[in-house]
Amino acid sequence: MLDHAKESVPGARFLAPGHNFGSITDKISGIITGRAPFSWFIGFLIGFSILQLLLVSLTYLVFKGTGIWGVNNPVGWGFAIINFVWWIGIGHAGTLISAILLLFRQQWRTSINRAAEAMTVFAVGCAAVFPIFHTGRPWLAAYWLLPYPNTMALWPNFRSPLIWDVFAVSTYATVSIVFWYIGLIPDLATMRDRAKSPVVRRLYGLFSLGWRGSAVHWQRYETASLLLAGLSTPLVLSVHTVVSFDFAVSVIPGWHATIFPPYFVAGAVYAGFAMVLTLLIPMRAIYGLHDFITERHINNMAKVTLVTGLIVFYGYCMEAFFGWYSANEFEAYMILNRMQGPYAPYYWALIFCNGVVPQLLWSRTVRTSVLPLFAVCMAVNVGMWLERFVIVVTSLHRDYLPGSWGMYYPTVWDWSTFIGTMGLFLTLFYLFIRVLPLISIFEIRALTPAAHAKGDTHHG
Amino acid sequence: MAEIDQPAALYGLMAEFTDATDLTRAATTVYADGYRQIDAFTPAPVHGLAEAMGYDDRRVQKFTFAGGLLGMIGGFGLCYWTMVIDYPLNIGGRPLNSWPAFIIPTFETTILLAALLTAGSMLVLNGLPQLYHPVFNVGAFRATASSTGFFLCIESTDPKFDLARTRALLEGLHPKAISEVDA
Repeated sequence: MLDHAKESVPGARFLAPGHNFGSITDKISGIITGRAPFSWFIGFLIGFSILQLLLVSLTYLVFKGTGIWGVNNPVGWGFAIINFVWWIGIGHAGTLISAILLLFRQQWRTSINRAAEAMTVFAVGCAAVFPIFHTGRPWLAAYWLLPYPNTMALWPNFRSPLIWDVFAVSTYATVSIVFWYIGLIPDLATMRDRAKSPVVRRLYGLFSLGWRGSAVHWQRYETASLLLAGLSTPLVLSVHTVVSFDFAVSVIPGWHATIFPPYFVAGAVYAGFAMVLTLLIPMRAIYGLHDFITERHINNMAKVTLVTGLIVFYGYCMEAFFGWYSANEFEAYMILNRMQGPYAPYYWALIFCNGVVPQLLWSRTVRTSVLPLFAVCMAVNVGMWLERFVIVVTSLHRDYLPGSWGMYYPTVWDWSTFIGTMGLFLTLFYLFIRVLPLISIFEIRALTPAAHAKGDTHHG
Repeated sequence: MAEIDQPAALYGLMAEFTDATDLTRAATTVYADGYRQIDAFTPAPVHGLAEAMGYDDRRVQKFTFAGGLLGMIGGFGLCYWTMVIDYPLNIGGRPLNSWPAFIIPTFETTILLAALLTAGSMLVLNGLPQLYHPVFNVGAFRATASSTGFFLCIESTDPKFDLARTRALLEGLHPKAISEVDA
């Protein structure tokens, strides 16, 4: 393994030695051109079956209305927003890896950015299901959510955080898809040139837009990629900030807190990195990608998870501290109710999953051995969902007026819709693995000496 | 060879090299020799290659800026026009032009249009999507340009282009192969 200081090609230590353009292309495109492993069919079947649950749940929802869900007074925001925030948060790691790490010239992002960005796009798609369907009449959602001239001469209220959210999330979805697609173009050209069937070649050819790898094109392409990364960076930070405004702009105890934006953004990155690891650890084993996704990658991702996890845990501590320090009886009651009230088991499970378990990541052994790391990530996935549950439900179910206190119980349809979106996610992800290169081939090529002219001082 | 008798049907001459170092050296030499209608093709971005052939296009950045400016004005204009002019709502006597609240939609539209114009202008300036291009007529290019091949092409439209002399120049650069590109 090369030492960083002696490295002739930036980032070469993130690629197993002995690779050249041909071997990289063969290995990654071979995942698509070769036969799918048996586990792919099993995984796809599971995902596709769960997707049917989503379709049934949504059909019944549209047929009956949102009364099939457990939301009622006083908890008018239930699973829909919990799951929305959870999915959107997961997406953030993909943008962090593809954009922010690109700006910081972290070459280890190269082998994970494609899959992480795919995760972003699919997670945002899953998140979008909830705000659209919680309206009960999704075909009318367009004029409730988007400003367009209509016969009623109505406009959405631009002073409302919920409309900010529509703008933030739809921009995020659009820019993520554009960035992902632009990144795919050179690899689609590779797939076009390697396709054996004329139909497949035409399809890849169409989507590769006739890319031919011209040096002039690469120059503009790299400029555009860097600019898109620069635009995505403030965008991704704004998205979860705006999501946190949905809560923070209100006057509900436990929501009306200035710590919310940074705490939500850190939580999003934390949840997202845990999900990237949850997806990549099995994918790496199934497709034998150890040369590209090395121990260093896994270790680095675990470190980011640990750091963001500590920020999130600091947020929990601050919430508890301000419950006392604010000397506000409603804030104080809110935090006591979280710790001792009817939802206390959820709160303590959250502290265990997000505060205690990730401390294992201080150990290098845990960070680099896949099974314990996978277990930690599963705990984080659960913990981050619990966090949103605790924030949404405990604040609403007992606020200022004890006369209007109540409990929230999710129904079977709440659960089936939530689990169903996991089916949507898995189905999309399995299809992605099968038809698109799950590692950016051209960016991995750039980690080999052949892609660098000798005497070249422009790195990155 | 038929192509020699019909110069109109010739797009250019293409030479294949082994790696980025050889290709960049060749591109530098060809540019220094006075050729301007040239292009290199690589499976991965090679830094300094376009610059070696005298290309330095900075128009994409300008489109990004224009998109951002358009998005910013458009986004704020949308908020202002709907909330102040077309549909004024008095909420607790607060000012109609509550601009701090409009900053967030404005920010998002700024990013949205800047990103769309960045991606769009990159593709349009590159002439993509393009359904046909002569370089794909070369068998080796079709087979390896997107995986392992490094190619340099001198187009026949270049004023200095002369089949025999240009071929001699390329041969002096020790390529793996030279092929004529049909238009």
